[in-house]
Amino acid sequence: MSSPIDPPGTDSANARFPEDSVGLVTPQRMVFDAPLELEGGKRLERYELVYETYGTLNHDRSNAILVCHALSGDHHAAGYHAPDDRKPGWWDVCIGPGKPFDTRKFFVVSLNNLGSCKGSTGPNSLNPETGVSFGPDFPIVTVGDWVNSQRRLGERLGIRQWAAIAGGSLGGMQVMQWAIHHSEAVRHALIIAATPKLSAQNIAFNEVARQAILSDPDFHDGRYEERGVIPRRGLMLARMLGHITYLSEDAMRERFGRELRAGRIQYGFDVEFQVESYLRHQGTSFVDRFDANTYLLMTKALDYFDPAQAFDGSLAEAFKASRSRFLVASFTSDWRFSSARSREIVNALMEVRKPVCYADIRSTQGHDDFLMPNPEYLAVLHAYMQRVAAELAA
Amino acid sequence: MSPLRPDLEFISHWVQPRTHVLDLGCGDGTLMRHLQETRQVTGYGLEIDPGNVVKSTAAGIQVIQMDIDQGLDAFADQSFDYVILTQALQVVRHPDRLLAEMLRIGRKGIVTFPNFGYWRSRMQIAWRGRMPVSETLPDAWYDTPNIHLCTVKDFEALCRQQGYRVLSRQVVDAAHHGNRLMSQLPNLLGEIALYSLTAGHRRGAALNKTQFALE
Repeated sequence: MSSPIDPPGTDSANARFPEDSVGLVTPQRMVFDAPLELEGGKRLERYELVYETYGTLNHDRSNAILVCHALSGDHHAAGYHAPDDRKPGWWDVCIGPGKPFDTRKFFVVSLNNLGSCKGSTGPNSLNPETGVSFGPDFPIVTVGDWVNSQRRLGERLGIRQWAAIAGGSLGGMQVMQWAIHHSEAVRHALIIAATPKLSAQNIAFNEVARQAILSDPDFHDGRYEERGVIPRRGLMLARMLGHITYLSEDAMRERFGRELRAGRIQYGFDVEFQVESYLRHQGTSFVDRFDANTYLLMTKALDYFDPAQAFDGSLAEAFKASRSRFLVASFTSDWRFSSARSREIVNALMEVRKPVCYADIRSTQGHDDFLMPNPEYLAVLHAYMQRVAAELAA
Repeated sequence: MSPLRPDLEFISHWVQPRTHVLDLGCGDGTLMRHLQETRQVTGYGLEIDPGNVVKSTAAGIQVIQMDIDQGLDAFADQSFDYVILTQALQVVRHPDRLLAEMLRIGRKGIVTFPNFGYWRSRMQIAWRGRMPVSETLPDAWYDTPNIHLCTVKDFEALCRQQGYRVLSRQVVDAAHHGNRLMSQLPNLLGEIALYSLTAGHRRGAALNKTQFALE
């Protein structure tokens, strides 16, 4: 390996894209042959991680930012895969030249986590032991397992310490895991729209989503691929349910109200209200781009996350030895992981006198606000990342 | 950065180096930044205004966005060396409870407020029969955030009643300058009052968190 980093597949010269876009990007793949011991007791003999990079790693390799994705996310956080792509990556509002994660200053790495269906090793990958895809035999992976795999990716990229690690929702939990267990490798931890652990209500929603999948007759104990079918109905229902929790009530009211598709009540069980049509669309389109076994795995990783557990239930104790500096952000309209949950994180950090900034962003959309171009949100991220950038120059 | 406001300069003289500080309503972060740079303090600024949260973040301080009127029960007893409240006592809903909270959380409290007993304020009421409007109190009565104005005497009466000990007092004019005459007639000649306080003997330890919850 001559240089650990190939110049990222960005093409800013491409005039078709907005000026503050990273432009065309090409996902990369890294193979790991050393076995990864998993928290659940099993191990992955070898695995692959797919990732994208934006910007350029500086000479002393100090300007790298790791981006961690949420439940249904992937490595494609910014830019476009093809000139005619309709939408950019999922965090494009934050990543690019002049954006909070300024690719003129920082080298951003965004990976796809283990267990996903988006390219990294997961249930759809070939199980070397059986010669067919893992399916339901893919081991349950935790946030801790993800972070361990991410550490190896960082090592291979030659990054000993990340300038920042950032993520929203389940991504924010990975950031927390990093900052608690590997803080020597994390200068700044950006924990956005996250929670120190799921509430019973959160787990309950996940369980209903899982039951929707597990009870689909086409699920076949997860071996649906061998049967040539897809548990469409179950996965669709799971996504519909999840989507309700991602949006605020106000956002739903504003977008759909009680508007009727046909203009009047039909007295039947077909789609009548616009919100029903929207949810069904969200559900069906999700089936085309996601996998049921992966959905089960991801919700389990969420449920199990509880970094305070190893510290007698004290989150403050968990953070006590951390050497990272923190930015925590929540959104006022998020009811899935409400501001109160972020304040638990902030209070624990303050209790043990850790450097932390906290912004409770006024918002309307709900949990999904961390993906939105909310000016207050971007201003806070921008101000914080300027601090991070200033340290690089120093 | 522009030179520090003289009242903030006074405050920073009261703060010992390498202490842990909580600044309630830290604004754009000027004071905390100054204390970090000149006194090597640690700690946090609390601020509710989104624009100020961004400015404080940019200023390099640890800013926590929260509403101090919602209570400070997230903070443990005596967990800070100083709790500072500059020019905000008069805008909070329960100044008395906030003071009690400050002295529960901090070993010392530092408070500044506009003195309503200042002679110009008295003149405006006595002679013009109008609510005072000045450089320090610039808003009209109907849109002022200042809902709990008090005089130096009022404040000290509250401290006595609560058993707080005044460690230092300073009064200054709108340009934040003080003089000997002013310190002899603080309630008449002081436009802005600055206090350093502690809870009285053994009182800090005895304060009950829930008893003084602000809501």
